Amino acid sequence: MDMMEFIADIQWGNALYQLLIFSLLIWVVSRWALKPLLGVMKKREQQVNDNLDNAEKSRAEAEQYLEQQREELKKAREDTQAMIDNANKMSEQQAKEILDNAKAEGERLKEAAAADINREKEQALESVRDQVASLSVAIATKVIEKELDEGEQEKLIDSYLKEVGNE
Amino acid sequence: MSTVAALIVAIFSIVGARKLAMRPTGLQNFIEWVMDFTKYIITSNMAWDKGGRFIALAYTLLFYIFVANMLGIPFELATETEHYALWNSPTSDPVLTLTMAAFVIILTHIYGFKLRGAKEYFADYFRPSPILFPFKIIEEFSNFLTLGLRLFGNIFAKELVTMLIISLTGLGTVGILLAWIPLAPWLAFGIFIGALQAFIFAMLSMVYMAHKVESH
Repeated sequence: MDMMEFIADIQWGNALYQLLIFSLLIWVVSRWALKPLLGVMKKREQQVNDNLDNAEKSRAEAEQYLEQQREELKKAREDTQAMIDNANKMSEQQAKEILDNAKAEGERLKEAAAADINREKEQALESVRDQVASLSVAIATKVIEKELDEGEQEKLIDSYLKEVGNE
Repeated sequence: MSTVAALIVAIFSIVGARKLAMRPTGLQNFIEWVMDFTKYIITSNMAWDKGGRFIALAYTLLFYIFVANMLGIPFELATETEHYALWNSPTSDPVLTLTMAAFVIILTHIYGFKLRGAKEYFADYFRPSPILFPFKIIEEFSNFLTLGLRLFGNIFAKELVTMLIISLTGLGTVGILLAWIPLAPWLAFGIFIGALQAFIFAMLSMVYMAHKVESH
């Protein structure tokens, strides 16, 4: 009996009303607020994910570019080094060549000069020899012409010799 | 009172979701925060592919009970003769809280039945051992009672103490001057209790739901 009274005492109207209100609220909130909101949140999540992916991709690309650039720089540096080395070698070689040339030229000039000197000497000797010969002939002629005594002959030779010395 | 709470929740939610933007501002931010919190409550109990469908239920429970609890804070008025609140939290009424609890518990049974099939649903009463069958039956009722009465008890006690403190003003001028000293911290505590109980109610609803919906 008590149980029945207790059950009858419950405000069933209130409970029913509460149930109705709450169910309605769930429906309204879900229909007008949560569904569109969930859509936007999912879309945003998608976008954020996309952006992150893109950023990752861009980063990787940039890194690749950087690597490439670094490689190129290295190559350029190596090229330059090679060019400099080449130029150094070439200049050294050229210098050596020039020096060698100069040396050879000097040698040649020296030899030429020596040859010239020799030739001049030869010529001088030649002319001296010629003159001595002609002088001897002249002296001989004079000696034969005069047929003088020894004293005079001596004097004559001296004078001729003096003549030769003056010449 | 419950109508007012429902209206507040509906208006906040709908206005918050009215102009949806990819970069949320103001109210949309708040609503999304509540949604995220609800998601956290659900995912801490069950997998999202199963729990996702309960987000509307959990969101409404959380938000509605929170608003209902808060309603009693600012407008507590006591009549001089009866010490009865003119404007109180709707959740300080056991009929309301038990109705909500029954609603949730019945929903757990419906979804448990629907998602796992009759065989699994009934087999769960005899798991892990048939001896537990009577306890399982008792558990269902105790879940219903504790879920509803915990909320009711907390909020009702808060309102009762509030009214007691307010009745200090009956002591005359000194009472009126001094009543706010215990009243202010108590109302702050009331806000804390209200938020906590809303969270607990939503959390436990999802715990019970997970028990019924997930296979063990």
